[in-house]
Amino acid sequence: MWSYIGKRLVVAVPILFGLSVIVFAMMAMIPGDPATAILGSYATPENIARLNRQLGLDQPLVQQYFTWLGNLLQGDLGRSYALNRPVADEVFERFGATLVLAGSALLLCAVLGLIAGIAAAVRQFGWTDRVVTFLVLVGISTPSFWLGLLLIMLFAVQLRWLPASGMFAIYGGGDLPDLLAHLAMPAVTLAVVATAVIARLTRAAMLEVLRQDYIRTARAKGLSERRVVYWHAFKAALVAVIPVIGIQAGFVLGGAVYIETVFQWPGIGRMLVNAIATRDLLLVQGGVLVVAASYVLFNLLADVAQTLVDPRLR
Amino acid sequence: MVSLALGRRSAAAASGRPSPFRLLVANRLSALGLAVLVAIAALAVLTPLLPLPDPDVTDPAQRLLRPGAEGALLGTDHLGRDILSRLLWGTRVSILVGLSATAIAALAGSLIGLVAGYAGGATDSVLMRGIDLVMAFPYILLALGIVAVLGPGLLNALYAIAIVNVPFFARNIRGITLGLARREFVDAARLSGASHPAVLFGEVLPNVLPTIVVTMSTTVGWMILETAGLSFLGLGAQPPQADLGSMLGEGRKLLFTAPHVSVIPGLMIFALVMSINLVGDGIRDVLDPRLKSGALAAPGAATAVRRDTIPDAPAPGPVLAVDGLRTEFRTGDRVYKAVGGVDLTLAPGERVGLVGESGSGKSVTALSLLRLVPTPPGTITGGRVTIGGDDQLAASDEALRRLRGGRVAYVFQDPLTTLHPLFTVGDQVMEAVRAHQPLSARAARARAIELLERVQIPSAAARFDAYPHELSGGMRQRVCIAMALANDPELIVADEPTTALDVTVQAQVLKLLRSLSEERGSAVLFITHDFGVVSELCDRVAVMYAGRIVEIGPTAEVLAAPAHPYTAKLIDCVPVLGQPERRLDAIEGLPPAVDRLPEGCAFAERCPFAEARCRDGDISLDNLSGDPLSGDPLSGDRAARCVKPLWGEA
Repeated sequence: MWSYIGKRLVVAVPILFGLSVIVFAMMAMIPGDPATAILGSYATPENIARLNRQLGLDQPLVQQYFTWLGNLLQGDLGRSYALNRPVADEVFERFGATLVLAGSALLLCAVLGLIAGIAAAVRQFGWTDRVVTFLVLVGISTPSFWLGLLLIMLFAVQLRWLPASGMFAIYGGGDLPDLLAHLAMPAVTLAVVATAVIARLTRAAMLEVLRQDYIRTARAKGLSERRVVYWHAFKAALVAVIPVIGIQAGFVLGGAVYIETVFQWPGIGRMLVNAIATRDLLLVQGGVLVVAASYVLFNLLADVAQTLVDPRLR
Repeated sequence: MVSLALGRRSAAAASGRPSPFRLLVANRLSALGLAVLVAIAALAVLTPLLPLPDPDVTDPAQRLLRPGAEGALLGTDHLGRDILSRLLWGTRVSILVGLSATAIAALAGSLIGLVAGYAGGATDSVLMRGIDLVMAFPYILLALGIVAVLGPGLLNALYAIAIVNVPFFARNIRGITLGLARREFVDAARLSGASHPAVLFGEVLPNVLPTIVVTMSTTVGWMILETAGLSFLGLGAQPPQADLGSMLGEGRKLLFTAPHVSVIPGLMIFALVMSINLVGDGIRDVLDPRLKSGALAAPGAATAVRRDTIPDAPAPGPVLAVDGLRTEFRTGDRVYKAVGGVDLTLAPGERVGLVGESGSGKSVTALSLLRLVPTPPGTITGGRVTIGGDDQLAASDEALRRLRGGRVAYVFQDPLTTLHPLFTVGDQVMEAVRAHQPLSARAARARAIELLERVQIPSAAARFDAYPHELSGGMRQRVCIAMALANDPELIVADEPTTALDVTVQAQVLKLLRSLSEERGSAVLFITHDFGVVSELCDRVAVMYAGRIVEIGPTAEVLAAPAHPYTAKLIDCVPVLGQPERRLDAIEGLPPAVDRLPEGCAFAERCPFAEARCRDGDISLDNLSGDPLSGDPLSGDRAARCVKPLWGEA
């Protein structure tokens, strides 16, 4: 068990290393000279050469990468020119807000998706099944950024039940109820697609498991149908669904980009969109790297959870 | 990958082999999606011909008109541009971008998948590790990174979305190619001197094409959605050019004053993506039925019972009385009569073998006793199963549950698949105990360990916490037997319990079953295809063929002098230790398909003694002594379903 978790951790290291190479390579591929970009087009060639030397840009790419990696491991992601503060500070501040949003959405989609999928499988071909199957289709076809706008129109503009944007109220906010009120719409919107995907997979996994011999055994020994479905079948289906929840973490983290823009959530997604627009590439680099690394860790967690459920993996 | 239960049955009910298009249309939702998609596509194609205002001409005097305004069917935006015109032009752009991204992703991804799967080895690992790395990024985030590198713009957004979708194609296609690359026809092409590219594109590609199409149809909706998303963020289409996403993005700023500016393009994206997904599902179901998730129905708690007539209650006494049991499987318009009228009675403590080839209906008979035949497709259509004086086929769910594992316990064939892989064997035995006895966890645990000891599992207390995969096949089957014994059943139904085991282990398990049944006085109904096993264990034997019992009698007598030609053939199939020169007569031909049973004797086709009257009408199971059958299990009666048995009174 522990050795398995250790093994997974060891496997995660080359993935993280690969991520860093890709992110570094992407930034290195950007056409144009960063020194010229920083100094402006009126800079003298001497000034440009000096800045290039200062930034280490006159070194070979491989050496530049390892210098960059060394700084990265010490928590130094460079400095954002547009914001005039260290990228690491900005990224981690924003990442906290994204984690709150994405975490709640992930919790929501796992719980709702499992419940809907099981309900549909248990009443296969019945009305629950038809409604869930149809909602799944609607869910994966709905642009989340549009759904967010519709929810704002309904709950913020028409009904005035929920705040339309931000993470906390500007005056007198900051407590948990305030956060939850601001969180409700973005979290639900972000969870919709993932809920649909998890529900669909849970349904398929449950139907598959319910046909297995060991379910027949469970019935043959006189267990109640409730125990057969919600304990024996559910546990086996969970083994198939957990990795999917891990993958959905990636879609939720990525989808947060839209939702944070729609709801003005002060997270890393909105920061990235702004940084791309202002060509603040170090900020983009830092943001992408941190979110990608957290996705690797989410998948690691899913692996560990799966091992806890399935003794055959230990 | 969405499965749709709606409308599926109408597709399944269609007879013959309908064309793929008919199958697609037969799925009502897919047909609806196709209609919507065709309508949108037609509008997009015809847009330049329609009498629409220029989508980019601004008219500040006419700004933010509501839908339905004169001259602007869907109103105007903040610059006074006609929304209907922009919507249709934008739809064109979005569809074009989505299709192009899909084509690029399909081309690049399929190529990577084909090469990786075909070349294998180092090429495969390098390519697939690269794909893994791309997948290690959250989907949209990578697209954002790519746009950051290339700069905002519709074309760059298109490339970004195409790149992040490459892995889906690469993985799917590689999987299929890997299997194909080792197939005979590929080897044959290679040996005939064809070059690698010729083999890859001439032989392999045509076989992976359906998978490529399925993957395209399931990802194109996503790609339209995601390129619209990038445009929404201002990273895709740049003004004045408009796609659906950028229209939505501009409308967002007018959310409070003019909601229609953002609602309308969003609705169009939704309709477009939804219809594509519906059609994609349909295409997937038609081209690749195996992917149809949940297409096969999961069985319910008990077999459905729909009986026309119910036989009278039998005389009390036997632990089990089966009277005229019939079980059918229905798929589409076919009816398979797996069990076609079985009568069988077991006295307390009696061990009876039920013997037959696979497909003879012996297992279905065994499962029907406690309604464990999966419904759908199985239905019990007739007869009576009396256990403990009650007609079990009329029992309530709760009464049935009490019988299962209580009075009657089952032991199944393959102990690896019949034990739950995620629970310890101790837990599973304990559960069997507690399903019928109100014991505390501690008492149930003690009882479970005692049961494991009784089936001679060494160091049972330590094995309690083992998982099934940690035990050998023989040990697993002992656990299954321990579960069956948990509540001292009157009857153990053992469905080929030794078939999956080694010969030496088989003998041990048989010995165990025998001693346990003697010790506890449990009756055993032993299902097997092996006469050798029957002779070691059973007092009586019933031989099944094509869903009916064709001969029944005391084991020793039947073995010594079989009356039915089929029984004789079956006994000839048993190898005898020490007689290696004995010819093993395989029975020529195959049993009849149970959806088209012949008139008369079902064995007539394969019987060396068959004559015309064998094929004339139903043949009854008659007492070989010529007396009427008593139905008493202890009478020692022998009976056969044959017009001219090998011996006895015909």
